[in-house]
Parts: sequence; structure tokens; C-alpha cells
Amino acid sequence: MTIHTGRDIHAADVTPEDASIERTSIYVYEAPLRVWHWVTAVTITVLVVTGFFIGTPLPSVPGEASDSALMGTIRFIHFTAGYVLAIAWLLRIYWAVVGNHHSRQLFKLPFWRRDYWGGVLWEASWYAFMRTEPKKYVGHNPLAQFVMFTVFTLGMFFMIITGFALYAEGTGLDSWQYWLFGWVFDIFPNSQSVHTWHHLGMWAFVIYTILHVYAAVREDIMSRQSMISTMISGERMFKDNRDD
Amino acid sequence: MSSRTETFYEVMRRQGLSRRSFLKFCGLTSVALGLGPAWAPRIAEALETKPRIPVIWLHGLECTCCTESFIRSAHPLVKDVVLSMISLDYDDTIMAAAGHQAEAILEEVRETHKGEYILAVEGNPPLKDGGVYCLPGGRPFVDKLTEMAADARAVIAWGSCASWGCVQAAKPNPTQATPVHQVVTDKPVIKVPGCPPIAEVMTGVLTYMLTFERLPQLDRHGRPKMFYAQRIHDKCYRRPHFDAGQYVESWDDEGARKGYCLYKMGCKGPTTYNACSTVGWNEGVSFPIQSGHGCIGCSEDAFWDKGPFYERLTSLEPLAAEGTADTVGATLAALAGGAVAAHAGVSIVKTAADKRDRRNARAAAQAEADRAARARPPADGSDRTDT
Ligand code: HEM
Ligand code: SF4
Ligand code: SF4
Repeated sequence: MTIHTGRDIHAADVTPEDASIERTSIYVYEAPLRVWHWVTAVTITVLVVTGFFIGTPLPSVPGEASDSALMGTIRFIHFTAGYVLAIAWLLRIYWAVVGNHHSRQLFKLPFWRRDYWGGVLWEASWYAFMRTEPKKYVGHNPLAQFVMFTVFTLGMFFMIITGFALYAEGTGLDSWQYWLFGWVFDIFPNSQSVHTWHHLGMWAFVIYTILHVYAAVREDIMSRQSMISTMISGERMFKDNRDD
Repeated sequence: MSSRTETFYEVMRRQGLSRRSFLKFCGLTSVALGLGPAWAPRIAEALETKPRIPVIWLHGLECTCCTESFIRSAHPLVKDVVLSMISLDYDDTIMAAAGHQAEAILEEVRETHKGEYILAVEGNPPLKDGGVYCLPGGRPFVDKLTEMAADARAVIAWGSCASWGCVQAAKPNPTQATPVHQVVTDKPVIKVPGCPPIAEVMTGVLTYMLTFERLPQLDRHGRPKMFYAQRIHDKCYRRPHFDAGQYVESWDDEGARKGYCLYKMGCKGPTTYNACSTVGWNEGVSFPIQSGHGCIGCSEDAFWDKGPFYERLTSLEPLAAEGTADTVGATLAALAGGAVAAHAGVSIVKTAADKRDRRNARAAAQAEADRAARARPPADGSDRTDT
């Protein structure tokens, strides 16, 4: 543990009390993963907004029907964003295979590991204000991993599958979309139910986003490592190098 | 029964249909089935040469709207022809025979046409309490159905009752009304849903099966693709208003007068597979949307439970009284937002308190050290510079 005093910084206004700690950082998120993260953030936002207006359309447009295509455009944007989301998700899955081990964390839930659940509880106690200092993590903390896997990862599969099943109703029984996703209608023979579930899924993503952004900002400030900048540079920086 | 060797054509002639009417029927039918006029001679030939296949028409728990629709088939000719194909054998509501005599026909057809006849079922069997909630001829309908299905070649499930369960199967389904395909599992079941199904769709499906002696192409739910492959929404003449974003916002508003899309008034056309927007009702005169009312999704599974009929989003009762996905979702999102704000507030206060505690602890330690230092001056008399 090397502790440098402020003198080693050579800044003009430095005082002897400005003790600094050597910062260490680890490269966690590789470039394709970061690009995927921000592409997904944007497309989900677009999908939530357009999806909401598909379910509850805007006030009627006056004039001739041939002069406007408001709903048509909203739906087109929704479907395009849906394709971007789905293709990016496929690439993300590919990256989980070829990327570093952090890229796989999103797809794993160590359900049978006792120490994992211990970690979840510990992290929950930090969020319940029962700890004065958090632990350090290179990847996601166990609680974050739990929420990401159960809500985000499963939610992505759910939204993409139900979304493409609905899309297949438009492209028809002979389309590849129907061939791939038509089985959804074996579970829900009345597609109105698929609409309802897809719609509820939107709210799951809205709530996930609220929690995700809050947790990221809070951890960025209060934890012992960087968060937001990590998803930009890929580097996880630690604010101290004390042991846990 | 002598009909075993008769052809369809012979039966029709015996019923008093002219040759001319017969050929007209063949032409109409081939067009209705989407085969084009060129197929008319083939239909005629089939009907002239093939021995008539008997159709048994059973009625379970139902309201007879399918029969009502069927006998109002657009062209009276079609109705006459198809009725002469089927009515001779057995149909509770429209056959001449009654009582034991009628029930005897079932047995006879079952034996003489084993594995050949088509079993058309209107309504469904309620299974609760041994099926006592539907006792045609004094026996549970479910028994009659399974017995007759055992020797049938194929089963047609007429209407939403037989296909999905319909109103008697709506929550809480007190009699455990069960769609036909869940009771008859070893025979092909062709669903012709609708409440009722369109007459031309019914006669079309039946004629196809009788003349070509094969099942029409079915979708994954067992519905004939030629009538059920597309949604009302896909062929709705109001669709341009949907795409433009022009909706009826309330009954009798300007949009309603202009014939705007009924999506916001709860039209279920986007989730309903049926032929209304192409074939139409009452000899093609109109269909619900054309007369200004949204589709209620009558040919879909559990459409009674996917309402309200006049709301776009399905109510999630009993999860949320009068609530939809939006009510539930927005409530949870607001709760999450509130929880986050509260958590952030506590985090700030707690961090400040922790900081103060640490500062106080440091100050106390410092004061303690100072006191100790004053009490015992350093031996070498010099000040310590680093800490
Ligand atoms: C996080 C991702 C997504 C969100 C939040 C979302 C949201 C929504 C919402 C709220 C609706 C309205 C449902 C209703 O009440 O009828 C909707 C409809 C729909 N979505 Fe998505 N969606 C997502 C992903 C997708 C994907 C990946 C596709 C695939 C292309 C897709 C295709 C559709 C289709 C086809 C409809 C029905 C449109 C219509 O009825 O006109 N969605 N979406
Ligand atoms: S009226 Fe109904 S079926 Fe027709 S376009 Fe509007 S939503 Fe679709
Ligand atoms: S428009 Fe809809 S509710 Fe009306 S008859 Fe057709 S399928 Fe049934």
C-alpha cells in the first residue's frame, strides 16, 4: 500500500494535508459491450414512448386520412427500434461468448451458491442503511446481478419474443416471424393477452430504468468504485485501495 | 338407410333442386372458397359421383345462434343445397324426426357410416358434476359427444362455444364448459369460431370437406386458413384512419360521423381472426365496424374476459378494479419513483450524519491526544511535524 503525500503531486496550491491514495483501475467493459449498453438505452426509451402511444393513441389528427400517417409512423419507429433492440441483443449474446468474463455476468444467476445469496443479503443491508461502508466490486454486486438477471435479461427475452409475435400478426402466417414466434399463440390463443403482457412488460422496463439509473448514480457517489464513467471508458476505478 | 349409395347430386335432385340450380351452386361455392370459377366443374363432378357423406349435427351447451346464422346463408340456394346434404341425418333443431326415433338415427349412422361421417358440434359439453348441466335426450352431452366422435372421420366445432368455450366458459365458468378439442383429442377438430360464425364461412367449410373429402388447410389453432388467416384489422376499410391517427373519441362525435377508426372505442379488430371485413354479414350487406360499432372479438378465445368491449386496454380485474396495464404499471412506477426519492433523501442524511460522526470522533481523538500531550511534554522538547 503506497501512500503518497500531497507533496508528490507538485501542484502549486498543494498543502501537506492533501494526502492522496494511488488509484487503481481495471478494464471491465469492453468497447462492444459499452456500445450495446447505450444503443439499448436509447432504443428502450424510444420503444417505451412509442409503445405507450400505440396503446393509448394521441388525439385525432384532422384532415384527410391520406395526408397523415401519425400512427403509421409511431408504429414504424417502434418496429424499427424493436429490430435494433433485438439485433443488438443477439450481438450482445454473442459477445457474452467471446468477451471477457464480466460480459457473461448478465446471463448468470448463481442460484445454487450459498455465498452468492449471502452477498445479496449483505448488499441489501447496505441499501437498508445498516452499514457504514460498502464493499468493493469489480463487476456487478450480487444484488445488482440479481435484479439485472431476473428483470432485465429475462425481460429482454420476454419483450422481444412477445414483440415479434405481435409483429408476426401483421406479416402473416407464412412469414418467418410467425414461423419463429407463432408458438406464443399456443400459450395465449387470443393475442389481446399478448398485447396486455407486452404492455405490462413496458412498465417493468420503466420501473427497472428508474431503479437502474438511481442505483448507478448513487453507487457512483457513495460506493468505493466508479460506475457511470465505467460504462463510458470501460475502466472501473477504485476510490481507495484498502481491503474489504 | 338408403343414402349410403346415393350421391350428393341424387340427394339434391330428390330434394327438388334443378340441374341448373345445382350448377349455379357449384360456381358460387368454388368462388366463395377462393378457388375461382374454373373449379366449378370439378366440384360438380365430385358431387355427382361421390356417395353422400352424412353429417351429424349435435347441440350441446349453446344458444343456437350458429344454426340461426347457417340457415340465413347469403344465397338461399347454398342453404338449400347444404341442408339437403346434411339435414337428412341428424340435427336436433331442424330435423323432422323427434324423440327416440331421432336418437335411433345417431346409432344407425354411427354403424352404417363408421369412420366416414362428419360430426358437426354446436355448443360445448359442461363437465362439472358428471356433465349434468346439459342433458340432451336425458344423457350428459359429453357422453353423446365422445361416443359420436369415436367413429367420426372429423369433427367440426361450430362457433365460439365449441371452439373456445364462449360465454358459458367465461370466468368463473360455473358449469366447467369445455371446448370440443379438449374433450375429443383423437380426431381432427376443425374450429369455425364466431358468435355466430358467418353463414358463408360455415357453408364454405362444409362444402369443401364434403366435395374434396379432405380437411381444409388449418392454422395452428385448427381454424380453416381460407377464412381465418387474417385479422379484421388487416382488411378493415377503416384501416387508413387507423394509420393516419384518426379515431372516434366518443360515440357520435365528428370522427364517428366521418367513419374514423374505432380503436379508441375498444375495437378488437387488431386481435381478431375472422372474415367479417371481407365476407361481411347478411349477404355481405355490412359488418359491425361498417355500422359504427367496434369489433368485440367474438371469434377469439375467452373474448368475454378480455374486455371491456369499449376500452382499448384489457381490464386486469381482479388484480386491479377497473384497472388496465397502464393503471397497474403507472402505480408501481410511481411507487418505485417515490421509494427512490425517499431512499435518496435518507442516503443524503445518513451520509452527512456519518461524516459528522467521523469528524466528531476525529476531533475527540485529537482532543484526547492533545490533552495527553499537554500532560506529558516531550522529553526532547521539540515539536512533532508529521502525524
Ligand atoms: C423494451 C422493449 C419494448 C417495449 C417497452 C415495448 C412497448 C410496447 C407497448 C407498450 C405496446 C402497446 C401494447 C398494447 O397495448 O397494445 C407495444 C406494441 C407492440 N410492440 Fe412493442 N415494445 C418493446 C419491444 C418490442 C419489440 C422488440 C418488438 C418487435 C418488433 C415490438 C413490437 C410490437 C408490436 C408489433 C406491437 C403491436 C403494435 C400494434 O398493435 O399496432 N415491441 N410495444
Ligand atoms: S376500426 Fe377496428 S379493425 Fe378497423 S382499423 Fe380501426 S381498430 Fe382496426
Ligand atoms: S366484427 Fe368482430 S365481434 Fe363482430 S362478428 Fe366479426 S369477429 Fe365477431
